[in-house]
Amino acid sequence: MTSTLQSHVIAGMLANDPLLSGEVGLTTLLVVLIKVVVAFVGLLLSVILMVWFERKVIADMQNRFGPNRAGPFGLFQTIADGMKLIFKEDLMPERADPFVFKLAPFLSLVPAFLTFAIVPIAGSFNDGLDGVVTILGQQTFMQVADPQIGILLFLAMSSLAVYGIMLAGWASGSKYPLLGSVRATAQMVSYEAALGLALASVLLIAGSLSTNAIVNGQAGFRWNVWMTGLVPFVIFTIAATAELNRPPFDLVEAEQELVGGFHTEYSSFRFAMFFLAEFLNTVTMSAIIVTLFFGGPSGPTFGLTNWVGVYILPLFWFFSKLLVFLCMFVLFRATLPRFRYDQVMDLGWKLLIPASLGWFLLLVAVRVGSDQGWNLAATGLAAIAGLLAGAFLLILSIRASAAKRAAVSLPGEGT
Amino acid sequence: MRVEMFTFLLTAAICLAGSAGVVLLRNPVHNALSLVATLFGVAVLFIQQGAYFLAAIQVIVYAGAIVILFLFVIMLLGVDKAEGLDRDPILGQRPAAIAAAVAILGLSLTALLSVGSRVTGQASTLAAIDGSEPNINALAKVLFTDYVFAFEITSVLLTVAVVGAVVLSRKAGPAIDAAEFPEGTTADLLQAKHDAAAVEQGVLEEVATEDETPEGEAETAEEALR
Repeated sequence: MTSTLQSHVIAGMLANDPLLSGEVGLTTLLVVLIKVVVAFVGLLLSVILMVWFERKVIADMQNRFGPNRAGPFGLFQTIADGMKLIFKEDLMPERADPFVFKLAPFLSLVPAFLTFAIVPIAGSFNDGLDGVVTILGQQTFMQVADPQIGILLFLAMSSLAVYGIMLAGWASGSKYPLLGSVRATAQMVSYEAALGLALASVLLIAGSLSTNAIVNGQAGFRWNVWMTGLVPFVIFTIAATAELNRPPFDLVEAEQELVGGFHTEYSSFRFAMFFLAEFLNTVTMSAIIVTLFFGGPSGPTFGLTNWVGVYILPLFWFFSKLLVFLCMFVLFRATLPRFRYDQVMDLGWKLLIPASLGWFLLLVAVRVGSDQGWNLAATGLAAIAGLLAGAFLLILSIRASAAKRAAVSLPGEGT
Repeated sequence: MRVEMFTFLLTAAICLAGSAGVVLLRNPVHNALSLVATLFGVAVLFIQQGAYFLAAIQVIVYAGAIVILFLFVIMLLGVDKAEGLDRDPILGQRPAAIAAAVAILGLSLTALLSVGSRVTGQASTLAAIDGSEPNINALAKVLFTDYVFAFEITSVLLTVAVVGAVVLSRKAGPAIDAAEFPEGTTADLLQAKHDAAAVEQGVLEEVATEDETPEGEAETAEEALR
């Protein structure tokens, strides 16, 4: 018992999945296979429910019925729509680039699936269990993979997801998709910086990139949302919404301006793949927010270490937290008007990036102060004073440059 | 066949096919995509060597930022047309390129074949990959202790490059009174300017149409109703 506990501790420190240490036998392979299938099917199911949920909630908010024909409460509407899309004619514009046109939907879909692999969805993080569960006599984590680089995989995948949208727009050989994809790329690349900087604050507190270690560090309600002082969470959520191209950042597919945006020319199953990828990303991003800031599946297990404490309760906590963020994204869509393009860029570059960087520096100052045994109040005050001075200079420079550009005036402007 | 060998062969094939695509394909966007395939293959090879952090950075920085930038330029500038390959833009570019490629290949093959695994003449400049801590921790320790000066100097270099690019791309405009610092974004200021112009114009129009007196007609109609 002691040796297994020690191996737990070591596994927690290394953040390596205990499943893959030592000999890799057939049982191990089976466990991996089970995890992959469960994650894949679970994610698809949650996406189907998410589409239904979003349509239903928005319908309620707009005083409509929403989907109510297919199945009880219209639950099977998404499946019916999917079947319809599969049987529709698959069109490709004459001027399209055939190979890239066909490749783009996959480039959208695959990263959306892969990101979910690093999200822990169950396992008890109390009583020194560190999220380790036993399946078929093998010890493992309830996530498809727990690589050392953990959350960097999420950043890598979100930077790959840009390709799908960008190439879809370009390969369509048509004006509106190209404009939509240029907008999307600029927006996603801009907000990735804010996303990464907000993430850095979490990593500073967690001290590890592994998602298992990040969740483990938040056990017992030491959630990063308040351990990092709320600001990184707010910035991360805004940047994540922009990264998802969801309202109010949906000018990528602003119907009034761009028809359908990057997927205007797509039909049939290829369109369905983009649609699926969008909702997959929404679910995955909510799961990442829950993992990073709200302790993932950790929560009170009431001292239970049997299957209820290891699977049922953590799953319940995880999905409850997930549901809150899915609701949040739906409410964003139902209530917020779309940003203008220059507002999006101003918000991203002039507010979110400096704010997340400044907050990160503040956290670093406090951390170094506490490590060195400095007076914390004095350290904090000095850091805040420095940041305020920086913010003042930044505001002045932004105003000066705005005035200068307005004075130069844009071509086509009357005066 | 061992799994490592299988992975290596597959990834190497992807890398080579990607590199061939970069050179041989005619469409710049296809070239850029082939480059992504190669970078991705190299990232997988990094993972196979236990360099997880390098693999992640490879994907985030090269595939996620640099090639995206290439594509952005290609798409925005509309240079996505096949280029004429009949003659070199620079005289003797092709023979020089072939010579350089042969030289690099020869050097690496010589190094590999003559000294075996010790390409640099030493087993390794640092310790072998230590399994007891993640890459990123080991890398961070080295970066912020032994090589902190080089690290900071590189950061300064990058900052200088960014500032330089901004300064070079700035258009010379009329000097503005920097003491004013009016509040609001460029869009707001332009809107205000536009509104001011519109008001001026609107006032003029009002003056011009006053003779026709739509107001007067309305008044008489109101009186008639009374």
